[in-house]
Amino acid sequence: MAAELTIDWTRCEARGVCLDLLPGLLRPDDWGYPMAREPGRIVVTATDLPDADVAVRECPRMALRLARPS
Amino acid sequence: MTAAAVGHAEGVNGLLSAGAGNLAEHRALLGPLPSLGPRVLLSMVGDSGLTGRGGGSFPTARKLTLVAGSGRAVLVANGAEGEPTSSKDRVLLLEAPHLVLDGLELAARAAGARRCVLVAPADLLDGVLAPAVAERRARVRLVAAPEGYVTGQETAVVAAADGRPALPFQPVQPIWRHGVAGRPTAVLNVETLAHIGLIARFGVAWFRSCGVPDDPGTRLLTISGAVRSQGVWEAPGGTPLGEVVQAAGGPSEPLQALLIGGYHGGWVPWDDSTARLPLTRAALEPRGAAPGAGAVVALAASSCGLQAAAGVVAYLAGESSGQCGPCVNGLPALARHLDALARGRERVDAVAELERLAGMVDGRGACRHPDGTARFVRSTLRTFRQEVALHRDGRCSGRLPSARPDRSMPWPPS
Repeated sequence: MAAELTIDWTRCEARGVCLDLLPGLLRPDDWGYPMAREPGRIVVTATDLPDADVAVRECPRMALRLARPS
Repeated sequence: MTAAAVGHAEGVNGLLSAGAGNLAEHRALLGPLPSLGPRVLLSMVGDSGLTGRGGGSFPTARKLTLVAGSGRAVLVANGAEGEPTSSKDRVLLLEAPHLVLDGLELAARAAGARRCVLVAPADLLDGVLAPAVAERRARVRLVAAPEGYVTGQETAVVAAADGRPALPFQPVQPIWRHGVAGRPTAVLNVETLAHIGLIARFGVAWFRSCGVPDDPGTRLLTISGAVRSQGVWEAPGGTPLGEVVQAAGGPSEPLQALLIGGYHGGWVPWDDSTARLPLTRAALEPRGAAPGAGAVVALAASSCGLQAAAGVVAYLAGESSGQCGPCVNGLPALARHLDALARGRERVDAVAELERLAGMVDGRGACRHPDGTARFVRSTLRTFRQEVALHRDGRCSGRLPSARPDRSMPWPPS
């Protein structure tokens, strides 16, 4: 089941933990901030879900949220 | 600033003609507030087709319905108006403060809101709004909106109403569920509220007797740039752009484009087909523009569109609230490349670079500032394609290179 990853831009400081954990989903922009590889929403598939959970937990700025469809 | 008479069939003609200096004059002109219940009020606002006049054009009744029923909603009147090309909220608050307060009272009743907050520039609070609120003995909390482009953004207004700095934030829950003081909150533009003050008195049919079916009623427009009579005008919804320009006395010199919807808006090249285009969302959408908060800037044919746009983007970059990385880094980069293009000092392919950077800031912030800036840059590249070619050839339809700052766009007082 897919979930959506959202970034709180007021918190993110481009520390890069999410980029290491989700290279297939995210890439750094010109300044190191995470950017979706596909334009638009960051959709996390079942395969990436465990890594996305770790990213949410390990983000030093607590800038990530994972919304699962209810 | 001037007001034009507009065409409601009978009774009071429009928002600006319903203005009065004090409560006694206001009541003499319009009569007392009708004693309508919440359900009647909500259905009147719904049937009127009134949409938000702050730029979003969201159906007002739907916004009120979202918070109604909670029994603890907060209603916020937004008069912050950070857009330098718009002064209609200021003019309205100066000319018809009691009409706005009427609308706030009625909207609060419709939404079952217990608390009302009015956010506006400090000089208007001191000069007009605090005395008006005192005269009515209304329970409205007044909050000063600091200057700045993004202070009128919905979340920034909520932050200000909560006693925090007026900066946009990224809400975890939508503010209609969790806004001011954690309560369901509706933020309505002051012009939207003033319309409610008239709809409740004169009715849905009266409101719809003016304008077009998909944009009923009137709207306030701020018309500036190369027109004979810059100022705030009230016009029926769906007024063709040619008539909009005529309302402001017509062009002061030949025009090449209109900027519609402020600095987060879009350019529309000026020609006969543009003059016939109604100022509605549906008509402007295919042209990459939207009415927004009703700001229209006329750009003279003798001005360089790229230089005018470069000045705007430099200003917008400086107005970032500095909270979100892509905006903090991306907007100055956009400003730099557009400036190089405008000065004819392009080192890389600035057009390609601007398109790439616009994609890199779009949708990547807590508020709409990066998105709006990206929209303006894309619209600039689309509209002034020929000017780009001229600049690459070392020429310019204005004066190139320009040592002095470009003055073709209206600027906020420095």
